[in-house]
Amino acid sequence: MANQLDFNATRRGFLGLAAGSAALAAGGGAVQAQRVATSARIAIVGAGAGGTAIANRLANRLDGATITIIDGRQQHWYQPGFTLIAAGLKPAKYSVSRTAEWLPEGVEWVPEFATEIDPEANVVTTASGRRVAYDYLIVASGLTLDWDAIEGFNLDMVGQNGVTAHYAGPQYAELSWRELDRFVERGGVGLFGRPATEMKCAGAPLKITFLADDIARRRGTRDQIEVIYNAQNQSLFGLPIVHHKVRQLFDERDITARYDHVLKAVDGQRKIATYATPNGDVETAYDFINVIPPQRAPQVVRDSGLSWADRWVDQGWIEVDMETLRHLRYPNVFGVGDINGVPKGKTAASAKFHQPVVEDHLVSEIAGREATKTFSGYTSCPLITRVGRAMLIEFDYNNNLVPSFPGIIAPLEELWISWLMKEIALKPTYNAMLRGLA
Amino acid sequence: MEELTFSTLIAVFEEMFGQVVFWAMVVVAVVVTVLYIYVLIRDRAMSMRKFLWAQVSMPFGAIAAVWFVLTATNSQLSDMGGPIDLLVLLGIAGLGAVGFAILIYVAQSLMRGGQAD
Repeated sequence: MANQLDFNATRRGFLGLAAGSAALAAGGGAVQAQRVATSARIAIVGAGAGGTAIANRLANRLDGATITIIDGRQQHWYQPGFTLIAAGLKPAKYSVSRTAEWLPEGVEWVPEFATEIDPEANVVTTASGRRVAYDYLIVASGLTLDWDAIEGFNLDMVGQNGVTAHYAGPQYAELSWRELDRFVERGGVGLFGRPATEMKCAGAPLKITFLADDIARRRGTRDQIEVIYNAQNQSLFGLPIVHHKVRQLFDERDITARYDHVLKAVDGQRKIATYATPNGDVETAYDFINVIPPQRAPQVVRDSGLSWADRWVDQGWIEVDMETLRHLRYPNVFGVGDINGVPKGKTAASAKFHQPVVEDHLVSEIAGREATKTFSGYTSCPLITRVGRAMLIEFDYNNNLVPSFPGIIAPLEELWISWLMKEIALKPTYNAMLRGLA
Repeated sequence: MEELTFSTLIAVFEEMFGQVVFWAMVVVAVVVTVLYIYVLIRDRAMSMRKFLWAQVSMPFGAIAAVWFVLTATNSQLSDMGGPIDLLVLLGIAGLGAVGFAILIYVAQSLMRGGQAD
């Protein structure tokens, strides 16, 4: 019996295949958009995710522009990693890199904080008194965590007596993990929740709640802990459809949801948290608490006159058009990232979607063309519901779900693939964004 | 995700594994594939004995690939939550199986030469 199969391969066929593969590899790159010559001076305030990415994009698109990026922080933090650090899945260094390593050649980095922004005179002043004059300004300052707004709380309390605050940075996230680890061993009452202001990644408070529940289940100590989530209003998530899904999961996992409970004070000695509610203050004893404070625009931005005068007055987000991200009163000013006063989108994913819009409007104006790109409010939240599963929730200004992979990755299903995206694909995508490549 | 182009995908993979490791993996995959085609052309036939061993090795390749992905991502089989998860898992297993089979076939061909068996 014949034990071999004739395989009519030929040398010519082999060479043809090889040549075809090479052609595919060579021609696969994206077409580089045409560079525009200009002598414009562009100042970028903030070298976080949004500022760094737009600096790279503009450096790629503009020839001869003077681009100056102003930020005093030496470290760059990959903030979507904080939840993974706080759950013991990654070390603190997972989120830490150097600001300098992401900045392109040809962009000047002023390693100081901005102390004054004057949109009338078109000048940014830095801590050392240096004045950076600009033709175009991009505000990418991010936001400030207002820890002082929680009475009795300060960051020195984090990492002991059950107090955690993973929003404060990679080291605090690691300290928070050690406390969470102790809490699920010892048992007791765990308090979670979110502030009443706008906040970055509104899904993160839910993620750490779900993870605490899951970690205790894996340890076999779930019956020894009580998990309480304090919502700032009547809903667990801004999108009604997601709220209902989260409420259902909370019910299934025996997580208590308390509505209209806003954390206002922490008494570290007595281990009591005070919540403002419509019926007055409520005190709750805790063994573990995760503190996420109110969030506002940095003082330098609030003092600049760029903020909305009649919206978010206690928070100071800047007055930009929600579609073009161009300032409504100063047309040579744009906003990127968390600082934008728009109804949705304080996430890295939104900062990523701000990029092509601001790039298009700025470069088109310099080139004398009409810009076409707009921001839809796109926000993405890989809502972790346990280690190994997440819901990939993406939505826009209209509270519509806008899945990237419709019919393939269901937004309201707890899926392993959504976890894979959060765990392995997100950081590379984020890094590619920083380099202006995604 | 917006503008998911081929170059974006390459940039993401470069960031995921590091530029050196990613392109090293691409080179290894290309070299093994080219060697596979080379031995097929050289021998002008597919050896069923070598192919049998390659097939026997497939489950090991599949299991190794799945194990690698689960370990690298803090997950376990019970995390599969929907049809897409099973498809992705089967895809990973399939890639591991085929990749390993080709590797085994090529290794046998190169070691034993092109003699008939």
